[in-house]
Amino acid sequence: MQKLKERSVNRKTGKSQNGNGEPAGPGAAKGKKMGEIVIRTEGFNFYYGDEIAIKSVTMDIYKNKVTGIIGPSGCGKSTFLRSLNRMNDVIDGTRIEGKVEIDGQDIYAPGVDVVSLRRKVGMVFQKSNPFPKTIFENVAYGLRINGVKDRAYISDKVEASLKGAALWKEVKDRLNDSAFDLSGGQQQRLCIARALAIEPEVILMDEPASALDPTATLKIEELIEELKNDYTIAIVTHNMQQAARISDYTAFFMLGELVEYDETSKMFTNPGKKITEDYITGRFG
Amino acid sequence: MNKKNIEQNAGITVLFLCLGTVALILVVILWDIFTKGAGKISWAFLTQMPKNGMTEGGIFPAIIGTFLVTLMTALFAVPLGMGCAIYLNEYARDNRFTRLIRMSIRNLSGVPSIVYGLFGVVLFVQLMRIGTCILSAGMTLGLMTLPWTITASEEALKNVPQAYRSGALALGATKWQSIRTNVLPYAIPGMLTGTILGLARAAGETAPILFTGAAFFLPFLPESLFDQFMALPYHLYIMATQHHDIEGVRPIAYGTALVLIVLVFSMNLFAIILRYKLRKVRKE
Repeated sequence: MQKLKERSVNRKTGKSQNGNGEPAGPGAAKGKKMGEIVIRTEGFNFYYGDEIAIKSVTMDIYKNKVTGIIGPSGCGKSTFLRSLNRMNDVIDGTRIEGKVEIDGQDIYAPGVDVVSLRRKVGMVFQKSNPFPKTIFENVAYGLRINGVKDRAYISDKVEASLKGAALWKEVKDRLNDSAFDLSGGQQQRLCIARALAIEPEVILMDEPASALDPTATLKIEELIEELKNDYTIAIVTHNMQQAARISDYTAFFMLGELVEYDETSKMFTNPGKKITEDYITGRFG
Repeated sequence: MNKKNIEQNAGITVLFLCLGTVALILVVILWDIFTKGAGKISWAFLTQMPKNGMTEGGIFPAIIGTFLVTLMTALFAVPLGMGCAIYLNEYARDNRFTRLIRMSIRNLSGVPSIVYGLFGVVLFVQLMRIGTCILSAGMTLGLMTLPWTITASEEALKNVPQAYRSGALALGATKWQSIRTNVLPYAIPGMLTGTILGLARAAGETAPILFTGAAFFLPFLPESLFDQFMALPYHLYIMATQHHDIEGVRPIAYGTALVLIVLVFSMNLFAIILRYKLRKVRKE
């Protein structure tokens, strides 16, 4: 909770600091960037069968920042996000070209262990997907499948993760209830807690609040602000205001291409391209 | 408006008559068997061997035989069918080849049971030299049940939300871990339900066991899987059509039919209760 207060201060000042910073875009501005790069894609193409869904995306994602990915439906933003932990692998007939590096390692190189990649790069889905197990078992799931047996450790980790997802207070007395008894917003925070339990470096969020009411959405947004202290976050969102509120950097995708990528403050006040401005101001989408 | 109403009433009447006809047929069959068979049912009938050229005594060996051969069918068809369904649904790529396989499996459930029976004779009795016995008959019935088991199991697997799988994968589960811990526990009830329905059908079949192991009459119970056996449906067939004193043994035939119907009905009822209970658990 102490962290939360610090964070909300950072949140306000953080943005104005970013405001006078350098553009965070790919290409020219690269190199001037502050911050450590966690994920780097280079000339990344993605195909569903013969159809190209993502075209030549080169983009850096920075450590302990929130990177928002926006764009109209079908622009490839979710596909892009799911490429970062290779969740698209499960779909038949997909293939990629180019590179995705995480911590300097090409995650599509032959011999890469997808399982350990996904442990490092957690994911929260659009529709909260708690498992039909107890609240406790949902959070413990990732530990158990990774071979953790120590009960005391698991129960400490479950508590820490639920605290990390700002859910502990609400569920501490009913850890053995079914996860389905929670409200939609609580279920989504449970899914975040579940992802936190295996200590990922990066958390990918695919429109995590799109199915939630405003109050629950606000809670998730506050949580994201809090989480970026310890994690690198990439979040796909449909909601422009949300991107403006929570992300440090914003990437605008359209028709599979990365149109513009910059600090959020710049993207929303002085975008470099007309089409970005048109989208952000709601002229289409 | 009036014309519409008349049309509507006529429609409802026709549909109701369809339902009524079906219900009536069902009731008549059940009524006939129950009234004529119930008098025969006694503890002795259920637990005694047939006597005096099957004109007296009970149907104990037929009950035991049907039980054993159904068990054998389950042991053969359940693991094989479930394994096959898991592979098809979870691992196999969705291409022309798997679609062909899936279509073939569905079509196999429409193959007449006598064809399975003859196939069983050739494969198990002659080629594999297992002989006419419980094992051969059980595996033949198993082959017949497989399409049901596979189809029902695949449906059950399809009903498990995709999000359970991707959620587990995203937490660093291997594919097998996600299936074992996050798919099978929720699919198995449905898999079992479909399987039990398939087994119930197998328990009532005559043609597949006719040449593969069922015996006209045996004075003793089978002692191993390699013995021949008596079975309820075959016993009923004999009593109703092949016996030298058909009129005299008619009550025994009715009693046998009743026992068989009750057996199959209880298996189905068990499957329905199982499905209902597990569905309730899942919702909670």
